[in-house]
Amino acid sequence: MANKIAVDPITRIEGHLRIEAQLEGGKIVNAWSSSTAFRGIETILKGRDPRDAHHFTQRFCGVCTTVHSMASIRAVEDALKIEIPTNARLIRNLIMGIQNVQDHVIHFYHLHALDWVDITSALAADPAATSKLAQSISDWPKSSTDYFKGVKERIAAFVNTGRLGPFQNAYWGHSAYKLPPEANLMAVAHYLEALEWQKDVIKIHAILGSKNPHPQTFLVGGVASPVDPNSQNGINADKIALMMKLFKKARDFVEKVYIPDLLAVAPFYTDWAGIGGGVGNFLSYGDFPESGGNDVDSYFFPRGIILGKDIANVLPVDERLITEYVTNSWYNYSGGDNKGLHPYQGETNHNYTGPKPPYKWLDTDGKYSWVKSPRYNDQPMEVGPLARILVAYGAGVPEVKGAVDFVLNTLGVGAGALFSTLGRTAARGVDCLILAQRNEKWLNELAANIGRGDYEVHNKERWDPSTWPSEAQGYGTHEAPRGALGHWIRIENGKIANYQAVVPSTWNAGPRDAAGQMGPYEAALIGTPIADPNKPVEILRTIHSFDPCLACAVHVMDGTGTEIVTVKAL
Amino acid sequence: MRVLVLGLGNALMSDDAFGVRVVERLQSRYRFPDGVTVLDGGTLGLDLLPRLEGVDKLLIVDAIEMHAEPGEIFRLEGEEVPRAFANKLSVHQMGVQDLLAVAELQGCCPPELVVRGAQPGSIEMNLELTPAVADAIDATVENVVKDLLEWGIAAEAIT
Repeated sequence: MANKIAVDPITRIEGHLRIEAQLEGGKIVNAWSSSTAFRGIETILKGRDPRDAHHFTQRFCGVCTTVHSMASIRAVEDALKIEIPTNARLIRNLIMGIQNVQDHVIHFYHLHALDWVDITSALAADPAATSKLAQSISDWPKSSTDYFKGVKERIAAFVNTGRLGPFQNAYWGHSAYKLPPEANLMAVAHYLEALEWQKDVIKIHAILGSKNPHPQTFLVGGVASPVDPNSQNGINADKIALMMKLFKKARDFVEKVYIPDLLAVAPFYTDWAGIGGGVGNFLSYGDFPESGGNDVDSYFFPRGIILGKDIANVLPVDERLITEYVTNSWYNYSGGDNKGLHPYQGETNHNYTGPKPPYKWLDTDGKYSWVKSPRYNDQPMEVGPLARILVAYGAGVPEVKGAVDFVLNTLGVGAGALFSTLGRTAARGVDCLILAQRNEKWLNELAANIGRGDYEVHNKERWDPSTWPSEAQGYGTHEAPRGALGHWIRIENGKIANYQAVVPSTWNAGPRDAAGQMGPYEAALIGTPIADPNKPVEILRTIHSFDPCLACAVHVMDGTGTEIVTVKAL
Repeated sequence: MRVLVLGLGNALMSDDAFGVRVVERLQSRYRFPDGVTVLDGGTLGLDLLPRLEGVDKLLIVDAIEMHAEPGEIFRLEGEEVPRAFANKLSVHQMGVQDLLAVAELQGCCPPELVVRGAQPGSIEMNLELTPAVADAIDATVENVVKDLLEWGIAAEAIT
């Protein structure tokens, strides 16, 4: 019997992300992803000074404040042909690097882990056995019986207040949770440690960015952080030493806690190495230039695409082949809805044809999402850490190859396991590990460059608009924690004439295109087993493995305690 | 005693920016004594956690969904402030409730907590607040100054 379910995080804010899925024989046979997108930025930016754009785009997102600044200044620099100095390149790498590391750890412990770890089961754990387990996988010092006893008591006290707080989740006790109580307790302990850890390591953004929240160092042509070994206010030896301590702290936790936890939890869920594969096409813009200003050929994570899971053939990226479709999105294109448009020609004309809320089902035969469907050469592409890692692996980047092979060997699975929900989650860990290790190299290079007497952080040659051509266009890309982010800008007479952003979650969450091809979320859900349609934790596992980034736009507090997620079964 | 006045919201999303606008007005109209921080927190969730450390009294200004008329103003205190970490699909949905829940779990939740806010009318992308909510800024600024006075802090008006 066919059975349809909807998972909808309905807040009062219309939309966010909603999944409708059709079940047959306990498995998903069809799926639709619908969500709100951050659209309309072009109306706010049109007519403004392109050098100011990043101040606005930075506010797109409440978590990765840096990523939209980075893509924006790179778009302007591309349009105006501005090369940035070495110090600026390194400072940007460090800001992006720690952003990725912090973001991945938060995602793993504070969001995704709850899909795999049953907190309530942790209360049944034996602290001595937990200590033994922890010591068998890592030499991380916080692993004594007393330590885990303390954590258990703390959780029990918290649960006993009746206010579950972070652990409020309807799915506890679900049969899909497979970890023994001790592994659950260890994971909960690390959940708490990660909270404390992330709070410290992100101070790097305040050191480099002058302030956090919303670091202010981004600048077309470089960065605004002054480099001056003789000043208290600039980046000097003291600040470099402090950052080195924080980067080391970041790396220690990733090496000794995150990766061992990932490898300890994964063997209980190896069935998920065969679930959640998706479209099998991957796009990475590449990032982290290691020479010049923004020399694409020097990117530590290379730029490339993979088609049909063929990792042996990493193909070049031609930005001109990117288009967005609105066939199934609530927009109209002036030239017809079945033709994709390149972001330079992008249009954003709203055309909501969906049901009037509150509604039971979307009209999935017609338009059903606020997200457009980006395509590369008319193919849907998955973006994110898995895409980044696969492209780097295929391109033979030694650090990535080593880390991926280590993970695959430890878990006793082949490279094919990467194309899955588990593979996506493991790739995020690998991405985090590699960047955590690379950050210190970039910091050492920055220190060495300053030591050579180079204090340059900004290229002023084309700062003055009188040096600009009357018309220019460019695009800036960045590998954000969630993957390929692109901003496109057209400048006319010194002002912004058009601006479009294609964000990672649009690539992943977009609906079907004119040819009826599913987006990556939709394709990844096909074949997913659902043990209990009323508690579809399995859908959350796959969707969370992409690390969705859709609800960044607004921050309204709900004073009336409205339910956030409803699951409807029919 | 350390006090944090924390304005929250997305400056690009019309009335969602209420908390940010109140903080900006506070900063332009008043000088605050040492130990008082008035901060535009944007929409940052867990990144704000370090800012709560060592804070004795926290005053949050935010847009609040109270199912009321746009621009209506509210004051929530202590236990009235919801601390839920409901099921979510994205870390980007981490809001102030989550921040408080996590702070509580970490033992760094400020002992005294007040939330001042207004019911938003529109949270569409727009740099302007809707008129009713914009009108609520001044009253909220004055209320924040009064709250601070109750805590024994005199903000000095800039003339």
